[in-house]
Amino acid sequence: MESIALTEAVYYILLSLGEPMHGYGIMQNAEKLSGGRVRLAAGTLYGAINTLLEKGWITALPSEADSRKKEYIITSLGKKAVAAETERLKELVANGEKIMGGWDK
Amino acid sequence: MRKVIRKWFWAWNFEKEEEWLNEMSAKGLALVDYTFCRYVFEECEPGEYVYKMQLLENLPSHPESEQYIRFMEDAGIEEVASYMRWVCFRKKNDGTPFELFSDMESRIKHLRMINALLLPLCVMNMGIGLTNLVNLMQNAPSMGWLPMLNFAVAALLGVGIYKIQKKINVLKKEQTIRE
Repeated sequence: MESIALTEAVYYILLSLGEPMHGYGIMQNAEKLSGGRVRLAAGTLYGAINTLLEKGWITALPSEADSRKKEYIITSLGKKAVAAETERLKELVANGEKIMGGWDK
Repeated sequence: MRKVIRKWFWAWNFEKEEEWLNEMSAKGLALVDYTFCRYVFEECEPGEYVYKMQLLENLPSHPESEQYIRFMEDAGIEEVASYMRWVCFRKKNDGTPFELFSDMESRIKHLRMINALLLPLCVMNMGIGLTNLVNLMQNAPSMGWLPMLNFAVAALLGVGIYKIQKKINVLKKEQTIRE
């Protein structure tokens, strides 16, 4: 998988979709996961969901007839992407901590 | 009790329009409908709603727009009114800021869409103005002032496009260092 930096919105959307969730559920979950810091705006979330569907990183679950709300779930491709991103972030954090640790001395 | 206010905002001042609607809401008047230049308000609790304007890619009746508007509804955002491709959304004021976009890319995309709407109108008015100018100078010089109207409209739209472009440039510069 090519190494690309995911947006914060995409990272939290992918993390949220380990279980089926609709749009508003993703917004709430991202906010909860980040301790209230990440507040995805609905317009941004909608755009990101559509792009992720196109890329095949998430998929829409067949919705029941009486349910208007579409639910989404992560695909194996999406899991790979979020794993690759996590590795990238680990590298950033490791380097940041290592180097900044020497700044105060 | 309903209150009707006639007012006009240029497309590039959509943020001023939002501000105005929020001020009205703070005064206890909530927008419930809009048709050309005509804002209809109903009484509400002061500050009960917050408003946002969005230019959609398609008309609100288009299936993609319908899907988007339903998505917004599920997130607690209500479509109050629409005019051509513009939609006015509102949300109950829960003390948290109401934004339609939380990343710069989406904001830039939205602003670009506004300019894509204005630019053809500007070019068209320039073109009509020039054509009329040439024709009238040859055939009816006393009517030579007429194309000035087109040029004035084109200039106004040009200023609007410039204002939006400046906003895009600020965001794009910011985007080179953060999301």
